[in-house]
Amino acid sequence: MTHAGDRVRGRGRRSGSSVPTTGSSHRSRPEVRRRVLLRLLLVSVFATGLAMLVPGIAGAQGEQLRGTLQTSRSGPIEGVEITVSTESGEEVDTVQTDDEGRWEVDLPGPGVYEVTINADDLPDSVELTGEESRTVTVDPGRRQPVNFPLDDGSRGAGGGTIPAVQLLVDGLRFGLLIAITAVGLSLIFGTTGLTNFAHGELVTIGAVVAWYINVRGGVPLIPATLIAMVVGAGVGALNELGLWRPLRRRGTGLVAALVVSIGLSLALRYLIQIVYGGFSNPYGQYQAQRAVNYGLFTLTNRSLASIVISLAVLLLVAVMLQRTRIGKAMRAVADNRDLAASSGINVNQVILVVWMMGGALAALGGVLLGLSDQVQWDMGFRLLLLMFAGVTLGGLGTAYGALVGSIIVGVFVQMSTLVIPSDVKYVAGLLLLIVILVIRPQGILGSRARIG
Amino acid sequence: MGDLVNAIAIAGKSAVGFQAIFFALLAIGLNMHFGYTGLLNFGQIAFAMLGGFGIAVSVTNWGLPFWVGVLIGILAAVVLALLLGLPTLRLRADYLAIVTIAMAEGLRLLFRSVSATPITNGTQGISAFNGDFVALAPWATTQRFRILGTTWGGGELWVTLVGWLLVALFSLLTWLLVRSPWGRVVKAIREDEDAVRALGKNVYAYKMQALVLGGIIGAFGGMVYAVATGSANPDQYQNANTFLAYAALILGGAARVLGPVVGSIILLFILQFADTGLRLLINNGVIPEDLLSATDVAQLRFVLVGIGLILLLVFRPQGIFGDRREVMLDAR
Repeated sequence: MTHAGDRVRGRGRRSGSSVPTTGSSHRSRPEVRRRVLLRLLLVSVFATGLAMLVPGIAGAQGEQLRGTLQTSRSGPIEGVEITVSTESGEEVDTVQTDDEGRWEVDLPGPGVYEVTINADDLPDSVELTGEESRTVTVDPGRRQPVNFPLDDGSRGAGGGTIPAVQLLVDGLRFGLLIAITAVGLSLIFGTTGLTNFAHGELVTIGAVVAWYINVRGGVPLIPATLIAMVVGAGVGALNELGLWRPLRRRGTGLVAALVVSIGLSLALRYLIQIVYGGFSNPYGQYQAQRAVNYGLFTLTNRSLASIVISLAVLLLVAVMLQRTRIGKAMRAVADNRDLAASSGINVNQVILVVWMMGGALAALGGVLLGLSDQVQWDMGFRLLLLMFAGVTLGGLGTAYGALVGSIIVGVFVQMSTLVIPSDVKYVAGLLLLIVILVIRPQGILGSRARIG
Repeated sequence: MGDLVNAIAIAGKSAVGFQAIFFALLAIGLNMHFGYTGLLNFGQIAFAMLGGFGIAVSVTNWGLPFWVGVLIGILAAVVLALLLGLPTLRLRADYLAIVTIAMAEGLRLLFRSVSATPITNGTQGISAFNGDFVALAPWATTQRFRILGTTWGGGELWVTLVGWLLVALFSLLTWLLVRSPWGRVVKAIREDEDAVRALGKNVYAYKMQALVLGGIIGAFGGMVYAVATGSANPDQYQNANTFLAYAALILGGAARVLGPVVGSIILLFILQFADTGLRLLINNGVIPEDLLSATDVAQLRFVLVGIGLILLLVFRPQGIFGDRREVMLDAR
């Protein structure tokens, strides 16, 4: 509970973040002083170069008005003029939103201010639904957010999209993403019987490694992802060789192994938070994309790419499981380990390959998740619960079950926002899990024998 | 040297303070689940959250007396246990694990969501609901007491005293229960469920009773925490706390009546001592700031707990007091 405060603080956007992504890359905690210096330097460069920042950023501890202009279809809206004036009509400052749609204005003190947006600057597809001016009261020391209601046509009949179809497509993207990560989880369970609660950390590690290579190292995201997948496979192999194989040899029970995986998850998760920090950061590329209209729904190109990549990878996995020697061996070990061993399959080697594959796929899933949301230290743990929902829904231990179950969970979670608020949509997925366990505990593709 | 004594005093206070009570109660509940019945409940914190919010919401939002709030908290925990148990207790052990861990996270997300804000006050949390309870203290709650180099507020001391009474009460209850015929049945379920079923016992009902009972004890832990801090905030009830409670349970020794209590005291002492000690070393420049900053220490504690949990389970699964034969569990 001690870290709850850090967590909440960590989520908030920090002052001076109008500096584009290059600025936000200097956030690792151990180098606080250097980071502050560097940020000040960057800030001054940008302030003079782009005339985007208000003067006196050093006074960011004082009162401030801030906001983000963004809609789901248009993405962040850049270059919209925002004017802040005092109650008596005296102008404090005029700023433009940056390439992430953010703006902020430092105020001379607490009081009542009027914020005006220049609606003409908005792109054609986006309309302001409220008044152009808003009056806000700022308390001492408060950095007050100001939101302007924007309509991008995704609600109602405006742009011609159907909400249900839009959510179905979003859900497919999310479900395929869960499936990529869950296939490994399910295969590990199938081959070793281990319920691996540390699988979410493989996802986070993949996303974070790619972020470091991409944002810190300046490598384009696609090669960075490939490197992250190799690292993920390595971490998977390390898991198996360093921990689980010795434990199997010692004859550790499955329940003990389960608690060990929880300990590993806890240790890795907070280790990642120490190294990476409690912030959420985007990747360096593909961020400011506008959604393309496909008639019934709209999709950003990166979401489309995410769907295509997921489908291709899952297809490859399926072909591998069906056709190749190692794939057949995996299914044999998952089906009956002793029988597989006695028919000459090297079980330990198969399990090692399963771990490496699981690690690589989890890393890929992490990058895709980081693209659609952002990279966070606990992103994998939150996804883990949905992975479990998907795997259980499809049938624990079956590779294809994990696939089908994950897609259903993804679609269900997104579609549920038609009825319930979107910040509790994960809860809907978890409720689905419980309902499934009541109705058909073995899952869609599972067999009764596995559930005991 | 003075620093060291000071660090020990602070850690000692923490080891007998309300946090230790919180973890002890969580772990006593888990002992009932995991230690005696073999149920894998990884969402114990959800019961605690319902306990804490049971009081907070009843008193602040509904204007009910404090003790009615306690009853509502217990009732909520019972309902949650039934909800979790109904679908999963007939299945293999890890299904309960998955559902409980999911439920704990889901409930926290629900409680901090915008739609729940009218009831739970969202991420702000609820405060100022423990007045009725603190007013019962036999001494002045505004007074400060100095005990063995540590300072205690009067209210804090009162909550701590009642908390330890609760711990003693539930330990006694556990002791009586596990020596009873009921206790023998649940331990038999842990060892071999099919054998118990063959003897004509309703395994499902016994498991459910254990789940409900452990959940209620966990809810009391949440109540102690909420009353001691004077606030209830969903983010206080992170699921990492469940794992801390597991660490305490396994450290002390599962399937031992006093295992969770001793485990919590030792765990809290180690955590607080490591915390104070590390901060001290960082401030004195022994550990360079580049390697580890003071803000990382809170996270480092969880890393240490995670590693400790792994090492304990691998090398000494029975903990300090446990019996190795009683903790050789396997999934069913």
